[in-house]
Amino acid sequence: MSDHEYTPSSKFGKWFNDRLPLLSLVNHLTDYPTPKNLNYWWTFGGILTFCLITQIVTGLVLAMHYIAHVDHAFSSVEHIMRDVNYGWLLRYVHANGASMFFLAVYIHIFRALFYGSYKAPREIIWIIGIIIYLLMMAAAFMGYVLPWGQMSFWGATVITNLFSAIPLVGESITTWLWGGYSVDNPTLTRFFTLHYLLPFLILGLVVLHIWALHVPGNNNPVGIDIKKPSKDTVPFHPYIVIKDAFALLMFLIVFAMFVFYSPNILGHADNYIEANPLVTPAHIVPEWYLLPFYAILRSVPDKLMGVIAMLSAILILAALPWLDTSKIRSAVFRPLYKQFYWILVADVLILGYVGAMPAEGLYLLIARIGTIYYFAHFLIILPVLGLKEKTLPLPLSITEPVLGGSPNLAAARDKTEKIS
Amino acid sequence: MRNIIVFLIILFFLSISKSFAAENTTKFLETDWTFKGLFGKFDRASLQRGYQVYTEVCASCHSMKYLSYRNLSEKGGPEFSEAEAKAIAANFEVTDGPDSTGEMFTRPAKLSDKFVMPYANDEEAKSANGGAYPPDMSVLVKARKGGADYVYSLLLGYEDPPSGIKLDDGVYYNKYMYGNKIKMPAPLSDDLIEYSDGTKATQEQMAKDVVNFLMWSAEPHLETRHKTGFRVISYLIILTILVYFSMKKIWSRVESKV
Repeated sequence: MSDHEYTPSSKFGKWFNDRLPLLSLVNHLTDYPTPKNLNYWWTFGGILTFCLITQIVTGLVLAMHYIAHVDHAFSSVEHIMRDVNYGWLLRYVHANGASMFFLAVYIHIFRALFYGSYKAPREIIWIIGIIIYLLMMAAAFMGYVLPWGQMSFWGATVITNLFSAIPLVGESITTWLWGGYSVDNPTLTRFFTLHYLLPFLILGLVVLHIWALHVPGNNNPVGIDIKKPSKDTVPFHPYIVIKDAFALLMFLIVFAMFVFYSPNILGHADNYIEANPLVTPAHIVPEWYLLPFYAILRSVPDKLMGVIAMLSAILILAALPWLDTSKIRSAVFRPLYKQFYWILVADVLILGYVGAMPAEGLYLLIARIGTIYYFAHFLIILPVLGLKEKTLPLPLSITEPVLGGSPNLAAARDKTEKIS
Repeated sequence: MRNIIVFLIILFFLSISKSFAAENTTKFLETDWTFKGLFGKFDRASLQRGYQVYTEVCASCHSMKYLSYRNLSEKGGPEFSEAEAKAIAANFEVTDGPDSTGEMFTRPAKLSDKFVMPYANDEEAKSANGGAYPPDMSVLVKARKGGADYVYSLLLGYEDPPSGIKLDDGVYYNKYMYGNKIKMPAPLSDDLIEYSDGTKATQEQMAKDVVNFLMWSAEPHLETRHKTGFRVISYLIILTILVYFSMKKIWSRVESKV
């Protein structure tokens, strides 16, 4: 790493640090040179860390009172809501916390898309991020099953049934996942176990995500490589810490409004009806953060192809650093990409909207067009755009104004000048 | 472009929070709920009347299995006195046991007992109600799209079916019900019960009182939630302002603006 050598000032500190360089780590984290032009879209990394820890802490306490059994799950949740001290608060924070987590992660992902944070040399950070996102979806889905309401049960039935689309072994895999011939008690207990496990895997990956980030350092709104430390950077503490804290507090106000004043608005009313395998709800709808992918799944007439399309929609993101052929990172200097970026945002929102609607008529048509466009964005538009687009001249550094002309461009693009 | 995105974001969240499909376009009846809003609280007298409606009308078919008699005297609820709650509980018989001889026995209910269920099991409930299961009412308000407004409207939404719609025996027409067909006969009529506090028992009054009661039973900590929420958010706003100025001060050392 690019840090200067650090020696603790006290004798004991030095003795300890020679054996376990914990103080060096703390020093690295506080001194970590960060581009000083990071805007508020960059604060969501810190917000996400907060979300993860909140989910783990509230989840731990909820798990002390929850009973993973088909006969008791629903009533144990009611027990938490009624009789456990501040149980209602814990549960509402946990349930809305999941939504807030996804809200933050979507902003985080779309920030990376706008500023080209996935490009060299940050591909590994990006791919770890995609894995975290996948695990988040799995954890959220399994968490939604635990209260054992109608949407829990039928959501679990629909999603696990997707695996039966796999040729030859599909049915066996589904039976294996269920631990029986339908979603039942064994399914609930294993979902609970995995729901408990996944957050810790995510936590481990978050450490890797941050570690990988600290090698090249942060991207920034201008998207050029900067010298570290220099007049373009500020130490992480106190500059970024205080800014992250401010943004986190703003985020918490929104979070608190949901928790205290409309705790059920993001959930589905049917999940307050205990699971009943004999009664199917009129519409089975996943949580809002999965809706765009649900729309993609349903837009394909064939079940297997639908599952493949849905998975590809996420996995295609992992290939993004190579699909985007442009050497310029930030959309600020890519006038055409900027347009397509906003169209993609609109496309995903539209997909989310039709994902909540019944898959028929006009909605289905819109979902199909939206799905095709989604894939076209990554597979056709981005590779071509990178080669054809006329980009704007890049500045030499964050502090220096744009001088114009190609020398700057060449300097900024020069990969050899990168990070020690 | 930005405006379109903002519009789409709003549309997206509306589509989540509102009903998912155009399945029921009838607008719900409106009434002034005291529990809504930043400082929303329950109307104590209405909760007590609501309990009376529940126990004299609804409870003959609908269970409320997650509530205990002690809840009736707890803060933030109907707040009957403990003596009153004990007296209410004593009206019900529960099966307890086995005793020292191994026999089950019945005794009057205590504060710690759950609300006694009208039927021994789901099957009995169904067979007594023409095959339809009267749903448990503990969280009913939260389990229906439209919440309190929906249940209130449903209670007052019975009318003669429009010409052309034929109803089977034991099926009734309700303009707010999903599919408009409901197996519960109109449960309320004017002066069906006599309120112990002398309030005139109109249909609207009873519907409002019982829905108030159901809202409380679904969200027994609603008042604490609103009160805590106000404190938490006030605290956060003050802290945010302080942190904002600290941030300004710290960042004034570098020329960049925050």
